[in-house]
Amino acid sequence: MNKHSMKSFYALAFALAAFVAAGCGGGGEQAASDSGAAAGASSDAAVAVVDAATAGSVAGSVMFVGMAPETMMIDMSEEMVCAEKGERYGETVAVNDNGTLANVFVYVKEGLEGMSFPAPQEPVVLDQNGCWYIPRVLGIQVGQELSIRNSDGVLHNINAKPTVNRGFNISQPVVMDTKRSFRAAEVMVPLECDVHGWMQAFVGVLDHPYYSTTGAEGGFSLAPLPPGTYVIEAWHEVYGAQTQQVTVGEGETIEISFTFGEPAA
Amino acid sequence: MDWLPPAASSYAADIDKIFYVILVVTGVVFVGVEATLLFFLFKYRGREGRKAAYIEGSNKAEVIWTVTPAIFILGLAFASHSVWPSVKNPDRFPSDALEFAVRAEQFEWNFTYPGADGVLGTGDDFTLRNQLHVPVDQPVVVRLEAVDVIHSFFIPAFRIKQDAVPGLSGQRLWFEATQTGEFELACAELCGLGHYRMRARVIVHTQDEFGRWVAEQG
Amino acid sequence: MATTEAAAQPRSQDHHGEMSFIRKYIFSTDHKVIGIQFLFTCLFFLAVGGLLAMMVRWQLGFPGQPMPGGGIMPDTMAPGGIVLPEFYNALVTMHATFMIFFAVMPLLVGVYANFLIPLKIGAPDMAFPRLNMMSFWIFVLSGVVMLVSLFVEGGAAAAGWTAYAPLSAVPDYTGVSTGQQLWIISIILFGASSLLGSVNYITTVVNMRAPGMTLFRMPLSIWSLFITAILALLAVPVLAGAVIMLLFDQTIGTTFFLPENGGRPLLWQHLFWFFGHPEVYILILPAMGIVSDILANGSRKPIFGYRSMVYALIAIAFLGWIVWGHHMFQSGMNPLLGASFMVSTMAIAIPSAIKVFNWLGTIWRGNLQFHTPMLNAIAFVALFTIGGLSGIFMASNTVDIFIHDTYFIVAHIHYVLFGGSLFGIFAAIYFWYPKMFGRMMNETWGKVHFALTFTFYNLVFFPMHILGMGGHMRRIYDPNEYEFLQRFQGMNKFISISAFLLFAVQVPFLINFFWSLFKGKKAPDNPWRDNGLEWTVPSPAPHGNFETAPTVYRGPYEFSSPDVEEDFLPQNVPLNGGGGRKVTGDR
Repeated sequence: MNKHSMKSFYALAFALAAFVAAGCGGGGEQAASDSGAAAGASSDAAVAVVDAATAGSVAGSVMFVGMAPETMMIDMSEEMVCAEKGERYGETVAVNDNGTLANVFVYVKEGLEGMSFPAPQEPVVLDQNGCWYIPRVLGIQVGQELSIRNSDGVLHNINAKPTVNRGFNISQPVVMDTKRSFRAAEVMVPLECDVHGWMQAFVGVLDHPYYSTTGAEGGFSLAPLPPGTYVIEAWHEVYGAQTQQVTVGEGETIEISFTFGEPAA
Repeated sequence: MDWLPPAASSYAADIDKIFYVILVVTGVVFVGVEATLLFFLFKYRGREGRKAAYIEGSNKAEVIWTVTPAIFILGLAFASHSVWPSVKNPDRFPSDALEFAVRAEQFEWNFTYPGADGVLGTGDDFTLRNQLHVPVDQPVVVRLEAVDVIHSFFIPAFRIKQDAVPGLSGQRLWFEATQTGEFELACAELCGLGHYRMRARVIVHTQDEFGRWVAEQG
Repeated sequence: MATTEAAAQPRSQDHHGEMSFIRKYIFSTDHKVIGIQFLFTCLFFLAVGGLLAMMVRWQLGFPGQPMPGGGIMPDTMAPGGIVLPEFYNALVTMHATFMIFFAVMPLLVGVYANFLIPLKIGAPDMAFPRLNMMSFWIFVLSGVVMLVSLFVEGGAAAAGWTAYAPLSAVPDYTGVSTGQQLWIISIILFGASSLLGSVNYITTVVNMRAPGMTLFRMPLSIWSLFITAILALLAVPVLAGAVIMLLFDQTIGTTFFLPENGGRPLLWQHLFWFFGHPEVYILILPAMGIVSDILANGSRKPIFGYRSMVYALIAIAFLGWIVWGHHMFQSGMNPLLGASFMVSTMAIAIPSAIKVFNWLGTIWRGNLQFHTPMLNAIAFVALFTIGGLSGIFMASNTVDIFIHDTYFIVAHIHYVLFGGSLFGIFAAIYFWYPKMFGRMMNETWGKVHFALTFTFYNLVFFPMHILGMGGHMRRIYDPNEYEFLQRFQGMNKFISISAFLLFAVQVPFLINFFWSLFKGKKAPDNPWRDNGLEWTVPSPAPHGNFETAPTVYRGPYEFSSPDVEEDFLPQNVPLNGGGGRKVTGDR
């Protein structure tokens, strides 16, 4: 083994280390592009331009019939930070005073095929405040940023269990924001916090902006819709989904309503 | 020494005693070996022109340091075994124990209490999250159930630790608190990202107080 | 170097002709080159493992605070430098994985079984040189897969290096899927590499010893590597089988380790620890052997009780198979098994004690030479003693109720694997460096490195016993969540700062190591005046090792023999007439 070849040998040892390092660097790049947010709306369909002059809309409300199930107060006594932010009652079935049902996700299920809607730049915010998801039911477009906020400063984890999209299970140990997005339309993606078993949220992921969640008034509105025939679906976490077909003419507003409820005992 | 947490259960002192016995035995060996080593290092440090003694070994020495540790080890094993079954063998659990159930899941302990009738599985049972209330000086048997992954039920002050394994039915542990006050229960087996926060408060009541507390919950 | 070349060149040309550069240094079949390749690769992984440990210590010492320079970390690991709990679990898992599988085990077995076995038994190379090369390159591949797994979506495996099911088997429970699968694939590759190596080491020791090299004239380093290879050959397939089942549970819906459909989470633990406990001995036995060689050399005295040292190695290796249940005292395993596993576990203290006492006996009445390898070997004895004694606490099923899964266990394993194995590895690196590279490492810097490492090592790991006694659980992201652990915040900070310093003081070692490659003092053939056959050939050892096959006349520990003037007597030197005490005997 002469001196020259010994030196070459050391050079190779370094090359080996570099190779190993390159292996990890490559992985890094791949990961970066993988986790990089927006796959964006598919580019093969033309971006839809909705003409305000001809657009119509679908609006209405979701009614509740029967006896609303009793809501239980959530025991947060072992999570003082949240308990101090006020009492919370279960809202799996949130019936409003006016007899409507909140937290129903209403959206255009069929009728927009072939049209493409770019994801909005502004993020959808999901706040965790008082160990509570605000809002509980929300919609988002494919590729749009979901900004998950921990306002409590205690550990929350966000365990998403989609069937179409890729699941994730991430945590927020301190007050912080985490950005995520979804790559495919999916109604609904359930989210839960395993640290606080009562925390549950649902995200409706769509490739268009025509969705609405009923609130304290129980109403919804899908606008401005290009004239056409649509299947509208209303989804509720306990009572499941209902659909209605509507035809929207030029400049027309179609009123529909959905009714969920307990079967008469 | 207050390195160990307070000993607040009926068998905590027994476990601590074994710990200290082992600490003393190993402590003596530790000091002996390290002191001998240091002494040799100093005494036999190399000097020019000196030659080491040519010694290949000694069968007598080998026998001595085989048999002596063996005797100590057997002693420690016997001492340990005098306590282990009384903590862990279900056949030797106290028969007059109050039964609770705990459901461990990522990342919560849900305790089910037998209610005023003292029997689990009846209508007056109630469940609390991350709060274990027990009466003092009363044996308690806890039925363990793990929903998702393995968790470990660990109350340092009571010196009890038992893994809860999903699918392993009929797992139980017992303890008897001997001090009133508040203690902490931890998950001791890595169970996911919220593992470090899978904590419950253990509240030991006087027996009267416990009775009143149960009545309030009903 | 010139004479070395003259001696080596004709041989290598006779046997192989001019070898291309690539055949000579990359896809080499020379056991020494492969050993050196392992050394460079493993030092890299050792650094990776250390770096991961630093991040763990940052979080424990300064929970929730941004790491200095942590801004470069991806948001999925440490947004703004704040370590996330899921990343913390991955750090803990990957630190152990890299240290056990990619640093300590291959540093001992990959590097020194490869480099030492043929040289020390008087063989020209390994029995299966090509298998040997394959073993190395599969190892590299498995290491690369493990490194890549750190950067995939969902993060690296985060279920602990013990990968307890169901946590490891169902991606939903951790949020990790690809990372865990790559972990499994890497371990399978690692197992294949390890098996190829083991077959090779065993065959070489059995078949290729030089004339006169009887089993009981083998150095203890070779004995320990031989026994280790047998352990690995029997234990690693169990792990490989288990992780393949785990991969099936992960990907194709089997339920070997899941509670559904008759699966058993505890089955994983039985299989894992049936491998895992022999693995612990795989990680320490070679260091024991290496330290025995170096202690005898540094004491200028025969090893005390050579045969009983061999029997103790065999006893530890045998007992290692029947103690796995002590990892599972609190697992829900039938408590009646607690007694038998306790007794078998405690029994291991006996051969361990024999070894420690024999090491003391070796130093006794010696003429101690405190060169850097010797200092590290002495540290091994001092620290392994602590690790061995702390093992008795957890061997007791009763005490284990309290200390299981606490920092007491963390302290124990680091006293054995760092205080023991890693100091043994440092001793070996300093000792055989001249034979590997033909140059000496700098002694002064070696001693500085030793003194600082020894000091900070103890400052890091000794206090962990106290944490453990306080009930401090292991693998927790933020101990401050518990009131009873808040009193340890100061100690955790102290440990963390000591750990950063321990990491920093490895810089002198690295500089010494690489600087000496080019600028170190030229090494004579036998710088430590040792008896082993490797010291009878030039430094660095030439291709083919021996000019002519050596003949062995005695054991390797004939230091300060009354038969000769010198204080050492190489194994291959014949002694004629005069005294003749034991010269032709077994030893």
